[in-house]
Amino acid sequence: MDLIKHSQMAQMAGSRGDEANFAIDLRHGLGLLARHRMACKDVAKGIELWRLALTLSWLDIRLRYRGSILGPFWLTLSTALMIGSLGFLYAFLFHTPIRDYLPFLTLSLILWAFIATIISEGCTVFVAAEGMIRSMRIPFSVYLGQLLARNILILGHNIVVIVVVFLAFQVPVSVKAFVAVPGFAVWMIDGVAIALLLGAICARFRDIPPIVGSIMQIAFYVSAVMFKPEFLGKRGWFLLYDPFFTLLQIVREPLLGVIPGYATYVSALAFSIMLCALAWYTFLRVRHRIAFWV
Amino acid sequence: MAACIDVQNLQIDFPLYHGQSRSLKRTLLTRAKGGSRVEQNSQHKTVIRAVRNITFSLRAGERLGIVGHNGAGKTTLLRALAGVYEPVGGRVQIRGSLNAMLDPGQGMNMELNGRENVALRGRFHRMDHHKIASFQEDVRDFAELGDFFELPLRTYSSGMIVRLAFAMATAIRPEVLLMDEWFLAGDASFRSKAQERLESVVRGAEILVLSTHINEIIRSWCTRVIWLEEGRICADGEPTHVLSAFSDKSADVTLFPEAALT
Repeated sequence: MDLIKHSQMAQMAGSRGDEANFAIDLRHGLGLLARHRMACKDVAKGIELWRLALTLSWLDIRLRYRGSILGPFWLTLSTALMIGSLGFLYAFLFHTPIRDYLPFLTLSLILWAFIATIISEGCTVFVAAEGMIRSMRIPFSVYLGQLLARNILILGHNIVVIVVVFLAFQVPVSVKAFVAVPGFAVWMIDGVAIALLLGAICARFRDIPPIVGSIMQIAFYVSAVMFKPEFLGKRGWFLLYDPFFTLLQIVREPLLGVIPGYATYVSALAFSIMLCALAWYTFLRVRHRIAFWV
Repeated sequence: MAACIDVQNLQIDFPLYHGQSRSLKRTLLTRAKGGSRVEQNSQHKTVIRAVRNITFSLRAGERLGIVGHNGAGKTTLLRALAGVYEPVGGRVQIRGSLNAMLDPGQGMNMELNGRENVALRGRFHRMDHHKIASFQEDVRDFAELGDFFELPLRTYSSGMIVRLAFAMATAIRPEVLLMDEWFLAGDASFRSKAQERLESVVRGAEILVLSTHINEIIRSWCTRVIWLEEGRICADGEPTHVLSAFSDKSADVTLFPEAALT
């Protein structure tokens, strides 16, 4: 019955310095700097609880497919079907050889689905966790970690489709593919930031999710997901100002054996920095209010 | 480093954002003149003043009982102590490891089975695989769930959910224990078994804060009682004094309002 003994708990609390002696130390009317410290503490404690986030995300997936035979591989199957059917149609419409187009489309759609799901689920990340938020003090960063981990697991299932298509069309994979790794790291940070920002705003203003939904739909058609950016020729200049496009490029292009240009990186990073700053500022301002909003 | 709780001028307001119409607002505000707790704050938002001007401090060894009628702010106060609601005014400080037994559902997922819910709670308390395995066995044996332990919680009876929640919460031995009244409910046969386990957790804790309607429990467990009324502290002191004042008032006014008129 003594699964957690006093000494252990006290030790855990004590090892984190003098301030952490308090299990709870909350007050009204903190300055921005103190709020920043509280937010940092939230993130640090969230990282300590990474196992909880991981377990939650795994259970989410298990729950979604409980009782189904294929389980999460339904995702793989439906992605494969979608890519198979759209690929041939659009290759014909765009007058492109299927050998060129299909690997591109596969990568595009799977990566886009990852981004779009993080954004749409980001809107409900806190509202959906209402029960837990109101019954226990858990760092809000745990819910963000849960969202991110869940989507990475789903992406993992979809990678099978990419591998099959690349093998079928014998797409050469060069060392350049590794350039996608830092790009994906930027995605992770942006994913947490956007979920944090939208999750907090959407908890307070319930009209935001439909707006986000329609923006995402427009972004899907504009940001060169279905068509290659080269198809636009000189008229494609606006793409560099489209953060969805430049962020997509820094992961998609290296995997196809091309290193994106300097301007793409500048645009993607500048947007990421702005997004993170805005998300962090919002978090400082509203972290202590979220429990009242959900 | 002994456990302690310090609460200064604590105030919690609940904002009313969603689904409010002008007329609802006006009705509530008109009523507010009669001393209700629905008010407009400085930013002209409608808020419910759940608790205000709460100040008390507890040292190791103190056992606090909170009494008051439904809606007096007992649960809100406990949640504010647990850090779920951050103060809208004032300050809350707690030193020592904390376990809050607030509501039976407490972060449990109705679609997951008992075993998975216990594992989640274990992760929350930073347990590793081995500890979670023994945690699961302990909870399963104590809650007497049998095969239901492997079934989703939505198939449970409400009594089974309480037993599961109780077994989970009491497996953790904290220094500061916050407990809401439902923990004392449950069917009779389970209650005597629960009593023993609960008492050992309560004895192990340095500070207990308990909200309940049952005077007997307060008399036997608590060294101090706070009586909340309309979100404010109405009385604070020795259990016998506060309880007798409280039961006088509740008999006179609340249960039989006509008695106050004569």
